[in-house]
Amino acid sequence: MAAEKQELLVIQSGDKEQPFRYAVGRYGSKFFMELRDHKKLLGIRCPKCGKVYVPPRQVCGPCFERMVELVEVGPEGTLVGYTILRFHFVDPETGQPKPVPYGYGFIRLDGADNAFQHFIEIRDESKIRVGARMRAVFNEERKGNLADIRHFEVIG
Amino acid sequence: MPNRVAIVGTGQTHHCTRRLDVNGVELIYEAVGRALEDAELKMKDIDGVIIGNMDHFEGINYVDCWSIDGSGGFGKPTMKLTTGGTTGSTLAIAGYHMVASGMFDKLMVIGWEKNSESDTTGAITTAFDPIWDRLVFAGAISGLAVEASVYMATFGVTERDAARVTVRDRRHACLNPYAHLRKEVTIEEVMNSPRLSDPLKLLDLCPRTDGACAVIFASEHVAEKICPKPAWVLGTANRHLYTYLGDTDFVNLPSLRRASQELYSKTGIREPLKQIDVMELYLPYSFAGLSWIEALGLCKPGEAPRLLWDGVTDLGGELPINPSGGVISCNPIGATGLIRCAEAALQIMGKADKRQVPDVKIALSTGFGGCFWSDILLYGAKKPQ
Repeated sequence: MAAEKQELLVIQSGDKEQPFRYAVGRYGSKFFMELRDHKKLLGIRCPKCGKVYVPPRQVCGPCFERMVELVEVGPEGTLVGYTILRFHFVDPETGQPKPVPYGYGFIRLDGADNAFQHFIEIRDESKIRVGARMRAVFNEERKGNLADIRHFEVIG
Repeated sequence: MPNRVAIVGTGQTHHCTRRLDVNGVELIYEAVGRALEDAELKMKDIDGVIIGNMDHFEGINYVDCWSIDGSGGFGKPTMKLTTGGTTGSTLAIAGYHMVASGMFDKLMVIGWEKNSESDTTGAITTAFDPIWDRLVFAGAISGLAVEASVYMATFGVTERDAARVTVRDRRHACLNPYAHLRKEVTIEEVMNSPRLSDPLKLLDLCPRTDGACAVIFASEHVAEKICPKPAWVLGTANRHLYTYLGDTDFVNLPSLRRASQELYSKTGIREPLKQIDVMELYLPYSFAGLSWIEALGLCKPGEAPRLLWDGVTDLGGELPINPSGGVISCNPIGATGLIRCAEAALQIMGKADKRQVPDVKIALSTGFGGCFWSDILLYGAKKPQ
């Protein structure tokens, strides 16, 4: 076909939301209630490999073993890896732009074997490095969700 | 014993930012037509179709049924397969399994994506856990940036070392008429591009692309009749290890390390750098071109920058990586892993034109996706024993 000049159309999908309702489960619910009521963080230990996971969940994937033993972890830990987000993007959960720049890191909480991801406080970027000691900062008003932790900050 | 399986034809679209002249079905049709043309087959010769993409990028479910006009699946066994970023490579592995089973002789395998139709970062975020991962996660970029931070801290690797990977892939892409970004960049241009997520800059990262790829897998009874020099599949392996990002070990991509160890042991590869002639790797960002080739056993952990700076992985080097220009030059996500497979097959078949590596006997391709998962395939010019 000869290259003729033609307008090519795009049809926009509708702007209606389709909200979901996700079950957190028994252990996840316990984690959020302890966080809300006592500012405590919970992990769970695998009876086979002995690893402690945060957040607590029912199954250790590598062992395919059911876990039941909840243990307290943190609220301090060590920074495993991090980034500072600087590009503008839309949060698909809210439809709103994310407040960049923000710090995002993985913290190995004391007593846990895996890492817990959350915001990290970036007022002094020079203090943030892999291996830094971190602590959780809790919000005064807590609702029983992940945002009850405001962020993690470098100790000292 | 499974049947031996070979790739006998490949087809790709000319990948680009936005294909407004075709809808998804028509984009798929283009790649399928080119694969049939390459193998000199008609759709009536094909006895099954598997197709894949990441459906949340287009918001169209049941892609296997929706795409039937373009995929050629009319009246044939047709199914969909989706494993996130690894979709394309998982399609190739599944295609191999289906033909090796003896139940299919000529199978059409299709990967595609129209990334222009939605917000890629938003859509990727919805692939992660809604309760624990999404609050702070920022799509593929943030996870890769964290991996880079750990890699740099562990081995003292620099941002300049990583930039050398982008420079290589973008240079190679200029030789590939199907690649999306066909313009060379310099180390300085990479270093000075906008910072998106420390330590990553714009030119450390892959683009978002519209494109499709189709690959025809054939059984040993028919492969050499269709194609004088088919690309035999020597082995495959994969590792999808984690549910939650926090469970990941960020050093040297353990999923790829373990998958490649399995593949090498199944196929008798002891010295990958010497025994393998070319690699098409799913490297979605620059640092992966260092850390992940260490995972593949090309050198010791932390030593990849030397290989890059010495030109070992450039076209003309001892082991060229990504003669096609790789993922940093082109990323229609559901097709990307299958493009690696098609490009590795083209190298074996001797059909890679300007990007051809001379005398390729063994080629390797990978796929990467989701929660640091890996797929890997090995191909040979010689029919396996």
